[in-house]
Amino acid sequence: MERGSKARKWAIDFGDGTSSREVADPPGYSRGASSEIEDASAARQKEKVEASWKQQKAWEIAQAPFRNLFMMGFMMWMAGNTVHLFSIGITFSALWQPISALQGIGKVFEPYKDARTDVLMPKLLFIAMNLVALGMGLWKLNSLGLLPTHASDWVSSLPPPQMVEFSGGVLSS
Amino acid sequence: MLSSKGWDPCLETSFLHCRHQEYIGKVTHAVFQTASGKKRVIVATEKSVVASLNLRSGEIFWRQVLEESEPIDGLQVALGKYAVSLSRGGSLRSFHLPDGSLIWETSLYTSPSPAQLFLLPSDDLLVLKQGIVYVVSSADGRLLWTSDLLDESRLAQTSLSFEGKNIYVAGFSGSSLALFRIDASTGAFTTLKTTEPLNPSSFVLSSGVFAALDTQGNIVTGLMEAEVVELQKTSLATLLDSPVSSAQLLPDKIPGGCVLSTDGGSIFVLGLDKKGVEVLQQIQGPPVVSNSIVLDGTFAQSFLQHINSKEIRVRVLSGKEWIETAEETVEVDPNKGGVQKVFMNAYIKTDRSRGFRVLIVGQDHSLALLQQGKVVWSREEALASVVDTLTAELPLEKAGVSVAEVEHDLYEWLKGHVLRLKSTLMLATAEEQTALQALRLNNADKTKMTRDHNGFRKLIVVLTSSGKLFALHTGNGGIVWSRFIPELSTKGSLKLYPWRIPHKHVDENAVALVLGSSHDGTGFAAWVDMLTGSVQETLALPYSVKVALALPVVDSSERRLHLLIDDQNKAHLYPTSDESLSLFEKYMQNVYFYIADKEAGQIEGYNIKSQVDAGEEGGLVFQSQKIWSVLFPKDSETIAAITTRRADEMVHTQAKVLGNRDVWYKYLNKNMVFVATVTPQDSRVGAANPEETWLVAYLIDSVTGQILHRVSHAHAQGPVHVVFSENWVVYCYFNVRNHRHEMSVLEVYDKSADGKDVLQLMLGRYNASVPFSSFSPRNLEVKGQSYFFPSTVRTMSVTFTARGITGKQILVGTIGNQVIALDKRFLDPRRSADPTPMEREEGVIPLSEGLPLFPQSYLTHAARVEELRGIISVPARLESTCLVFAYGIDLFFTRTAPSRTYDSLTEDFSYALLLITIVVLVVAIAVSMVLSQRKELREKWK
Repeated sequence: MERGSKARKWAIDFGDGTSSREVADPPGYSRGASSEIEDASAARQKEKVEASWKQQKAWEIAQAPFRNLFMMGFMMWMAGNTVHLFSIGITFSALWQPISALQGIGKVFEPYKDARTDVLMPKLLFIAMNLVALGMGLWKLNSLGLLPTHASDWVSSLPPPQMVEFSGGVLSS
Repeated sequence: MLSSKGWDPCLETSFLHCRHQEYIGKVTHAVFQTASGKKRVIVATEKSVVASLNLRSGEIFWRQVLEESEPIDGLQVALGKYAVSLSRGGSLRSFHLPDGSLIWETSLYTSPSPAQLFLLPSDDLLVLKQGIVYVVSSADGRLLWTSDLLDESRLAQTSLSFEGKNIYVAGFSGSSLALFRIDASTGAFTTLKTTEPLNPSSFVLSSGVFAALDTQGNIVTGLMEAEVVELQKTSLATLLDSPVSSAQLLPDKIPGGCVLSTDGGSIFVLGLDKKGVEVLQQIQGPPVVSNSIVLDGTFAQSFLQHINSKEIRVRVLSGKEWIETAEETVEVDPNKGGVQKVFMNAYIKTDRSRGFRVLIVGQDHSLALLQQGKVVWSREEALASVVDTLTAELPLEKAGVSVAEVEHDLYEWLKGHVLRLKSTLMLATAEEQTALQALRLNNADKTKMTRDHNGFRKLIVVLTSSGKLFALHTGNGGIVWSRFIPELSTKGSLKLYPWRIPHKHVDENAVALVLGSSHDGTGFAAWVDMLTGSVQETLALPYSVKVALALPVVDSSERRLHLLIDDQNKAHLYPTSDESLSLFEKYMQNVYFYIADKEAGQIEGYNIKSQVDAGEEGGLVFQSQKIWSVLFPKDSETIAAITTRRADEMVHTQAKVLGNRDVWYKYLNKNMVFVATVTPQDSRVGAANPEETWLVAYLIDSVTGQILHRVSHAHAQGPVHVVFSENWVVYCYFNVRNHRHEMSVLEVYDKSADGKDVLQLMLGRYNASVPFSSFSPRNLEVKGQSYFFPSTVRTMSVTFTARGITGKQILVGTIGNQVIALDKRFLDPRRSADPTPMEREEGVIPLSEGLPLFPQSYLTHAARVEELRGIISVPARLESTCLVFAYGIDLFFTRTAPSRTYDSLTEDFSYALLLITIVVLVVAIAVSMVLSQRKELREKWK
């Protein structure tokens, strides 16, 4: 830091507006009057633009997981159906991403949330998209054979039954 | 431990846990060879083994195992360099004395009738077989001459003696005695006539004189030199100076004499010569008579008597007058029973006087050499005839261990690890290598008499046909204790049962029940402590035991209830306490048994009806009743094998999960028996028509008698060998058409539980582990497949592990006396030519017509377990590992891990190396940390 500031031997700040203030305004120009009128309309305009922009942004965010879906699908296809480090990693990230996204749904839409912007629909879309992603993750998990959906998953350590009767014998020749 | 010369695989580093012991069996013939070179004794045994033993130590120099079905009838040493054995089938074999190599072999005849082998004074060999005399040259086995004395009619109880150039033969032809004189060089013979016909009860030939006892109590003697033998009669009463009610001439040979035993218990040595008969010696009490040896031109013979169970009196009589020349009292192990056979040998002592040594064969089949009043060595040859085994856990290690012991152990441990480390880093010298080898072999840990963590240290209790029990330690194969029970030696069938295996009272000893029963309708039971060998109780049973059932019920002192079924199918309950009675009454209606009769071709099933009056003998006796029977057509099927699951087999789960995540339920019915029947064999050679021989395999429920499955194999012929484990059966037979052995597998699955969906299982609606009854029928599916097996099977077994999780191996004892471990996956009926990826993932091997035998799958490596009869597998505590004990004439012990040792490091694992690696790594981390900090600091100062 020190060395950096040392390197700059001198500096002029043009950003300082004070110098312009010293110059008088052109005749007929009233600083206050024009700003008042324009401000009102511009503000309205701006608000409108902002609202639509927010709406658009919200929709964009809601649609964002859709792009992810293809990516995820491709990755899953690449990973194959055998259980190993790579496929497990991908599957769990595929499961974790939608879950964490759903958890942080409030935060994601927070900047766009106001009286005029309707974030409900984008939110629903967002949820739906993430649920689809979650479903894909689960489907992958199942195709890896890690979900207990078969009878074999429930009886694999079923102990042998006790015998009611007892019998023994011999071959006599 | 005894080992033969040559390479013993058990001494190699990689086979540390295997033990191989060689035996020969009960000695029937012995010839001393002490004249020159190594002092040795050549023996022939009941197990058809010809062996040369070191006379100083009893170790085997060499041995040759001959065909067991042809017992050895005679053994001689010819020309001072050949040991010649005569087998029952007429094979005369000559072995080179120093190394046991076969010099020549002659087949004289093929009939399996007993014969005698003699050594002629000319050093040629004479074989006498029921009236036919063969003389064979000892040099090359050439037949010199043969003469048929009776024109093919039989001569029974033959006796033979030499005198000069003549050979005298006597024997019963019908009921009368026939006498012959043969010219030793040509074989020309004359039939001798007697002055009056002879119908003696017993007779003996000695040096050209014969003596016979007639039915009137006279001893009749005659010289066989003349054409017509003049008979001399002497009354026994006048000869012995006392009235004799019954007497017998012993077949033991005494030159110029004979041995007469009377009912009074004493025996008389009689001298026979031209003048007649005279009493030379009288010996009180029945002794055992040895062979006679030539000594200074005359003969010597020893007579052995038991003074009491601990001492034997050896008396040597020699000279023309049979004077007692030596007498010794030898202390012997009372645990060996009586002496059954004696072989004598003379030697010159260092002080130039003459000494005698005798080789004695005990009632327990043991062989011992007595010399100078001491037992020089003894061999436990009963171990060559193991009939049944049990394993016992060793006692738990005591908590208190002395400091000195720990220090010693620690030192040994450290030394061992340093050596091991050196060997790993290839720094060890040759001496250190051998030291390490010895350390590994005689690891004190291995032979401790306490339980180890892995369950490798156990006692194998073996019951031998002689009636002697041994406990062998699995660590080094050493005999921990042995117990001879004389009552058992006369019983035909012997079995061992686990009477009491303590689980709760772990500090108490396990007890085995030994049962012997004979065909004469008597039995014998003994309860033996499995850790000390002490006999707790014996019981003579007034019935012969047909079946003994070890019920799955134990009383409060952990004694297992046993039910002994006698000939009348009555059931006797043991222990005979009130508690066991009440326990049994609760369980009684669930007890069934079956008896398969090979002769009648049927299997009958019984249950227990009610308690009946025991009568005089007492005890708890129950009546049984027949509830079912399965009859096989007699002309087309005879029972060849019948097998059930081992009662103590552990199965982890009843579900078998396939690659596609389907589940099959194993049908784990413990009462299912496998029965194999074969087409009755025509005894004529070549009579087996491949088109008409069948093997039919049945799976029968032994409670209900229901035939669960039946499958027949065409062109199959016995013998059938079977293993039955979990829900599958593997059986082996011979395919007559393909001239190959086949192995088939049957797997039984319970399909009644199919179609249950996941939800029901999740909610626990379907409980497949409800108690199983044979009376509730199941929907079964049996899968089977057959393969060719490239070797001939002697016996088969299967591995058992502690929890039944590990895969199975089938242990096959081959005709080459080796044990092969065959993975059960090769005998999977789901094998197909092209398995699906799912099946491949599961481990299903593509189908091939033959089963592979890999060189690595030989558990015995290069060792041969001669006359292999049985393979026993015992689970270790380590789930992956199973202990395998194979017995025949030899004993073999090893460990096998069917799915590799996934749960333990190898015994040889170098902990020291691991420790050093860790230490080095930690030091390296610390050093590099300091170095990096220093470097960073220097950087900052720049």
